[in-house]
Amino acid sequence: MSDIEAIVIGGSAGGLDALLSIVPALPEQVSCPIVIVLHLPPAQPNLVPEILSRVCARAVHEAEDKAPLRDQTIYVAAPNYHLLIERNRSLSLSIDEPVHHSRPAIDVLFESAADAYGPAVAGLVLSGANQDGAEGLCQIRQAGGVAIVQAPATASSPMMPEAAMRRVGPSTHVVRLVDLGAFLASLVGAKTRGGEVLS
Amino acid sequence: MKDLSTRDVELGLLLDAIYLTYHYDFRSYSEASVKRRVRTALVHFRCETISRLQERVLREPQLFAELLRFLTVQVSDMFRDPTYYLALREKVVPYLKTYASLKIWVAGCSLGEEAYSLAIVLHEEGLLERTLIYATDINPESLRTAEAGVYEIDRFTRFSESYRLAGGRASLGDYYSAAYGGAVLDRRLKKAIVFSDHSLATDSVFAEMQLVSCRNVLIYFEKGLQEHALGLLSDSLCRKGFLGLGLKETLRFSQHAAAFTELVPDARIYQKI
Repeated sequence: MSDIEAIVIGGSAGGLDALLSIVPALPEQVSCPIVIVLHLPPAQPNLVPEILSRVCARAVHEAEDKAPLRDQTIYVAAPNYHLLIERNRSLSLSIDEPVHHSRPAIDVLFESAADAYGPAVAGLVLSGANQDGAEGLCQIRQAGGVAIVQAPATASSPMMPEAAMRRVGPSTHVVRLVDLGAFLASLVGAKTRGGEVLS
Repeated sequence: MKDLSTRDVELGLLLDAIYLTYHYDFRSYSEASVKRRVRTALVHFRCETISRLQERVLREPQLFAELLRFLTVQVSDMFRDPTYYLALREKVVPYLKTYASLKIWVAGCSLGEEAYSLAIVLHEEGLLERTLIYATDINPESLRTAEAGVYEIDRFTRFSESYRLAGGRASLGDYYSAAYGGAVLDRRLKKAIVFSDHSLATDSVFAEMQLVSCRNVLIYFEKGLQEHALGLLSDSLCRKGFLGLGLKETLRFSQHAAAFTELVPDARIYQKI
């Protein structure tokens, strides 16, 4: 497994709750940029960056077009725009058609991350009541990256992680919500809390 | 950055082929989006590889016309981001009223929804009679659709809500009639708009405008092309003219920022100094 240079995360119904449990548990050694797509009603102002920044020490930004990805920073997709990662490690927005009725769509972020990072990216599909993320996670896996889903039993809406597991197959890492922070830490070679490394 | 994959090489060659054959320049577009669109096109045209698509593009002009639909943005709404139109109405229109005649440019008009939205605002503010709106795009097929001004009637529920939030003075229903299984926009609006072919990548300034609206176009460009396009938009504006961008687009990091003041920062409306 090569070094992980970015983590991409997608969530829908129940996804924000899952993030609120994962993000504070991430050790500082998980230094790579983290890019997040959450399905949200398009009209709302995006409160997610604010909410996440309250529970962790990292910088949390709404993703801006052409912004270069920085370490120790979390980027959250803006409502009503797709979010993509370029090969030069910067972000792009687009207003292309919704995918799975969603804009931003997890598949769009994940597919671009697979292209940009090849094996050096980990994708994580969280709770959600649709199939977005399954195809994208599969592409991350096919490019040699790490495919992770929140264990369906620990997700308030298990459909999305289940769909991703089915699409990716047995090489999916299925990780309980409480263990996700430690699992991500183990990927980047960081010491986890209590020294527990899961696989 | 990792080495170019075969697909990245193929993509570069396809964009070169398109430029050299048809003079459409996608080479400085944001790559991730272009790649996604090409991937969709591969499925549509049943091509296994980008190289195969490139061969067909080179030899079948008809196929290129169809491919252009995949490569250009085909998504817009009337009164998309109502706050933008509300800000135009409240903050820009008072200035526009001081001109005897107006030229307005909607750059990258796609299927025309935003140009018509602007025409409605101007009509309600008593300005449309003295206004010429240039609505431009690179895709001739989009321009034909835009010029026809016929949209799916189902979309008008959402459009009406946005129109109301944008400070609409009447009912959006006053501006279209149901026909041909769709909603046909009023002739009064169409009369004020000239739809024409223009590329922000390869064409130049064509008139002096009081307002340029270029929304969600720049996000598809790489930095260099963004700067080039912003220069073109800036040069098209008269002194004290207005520039409107998409809500996620900004002049903040541009060399052209110094030529503008932020008139309504949240709505991304700038005024040229």
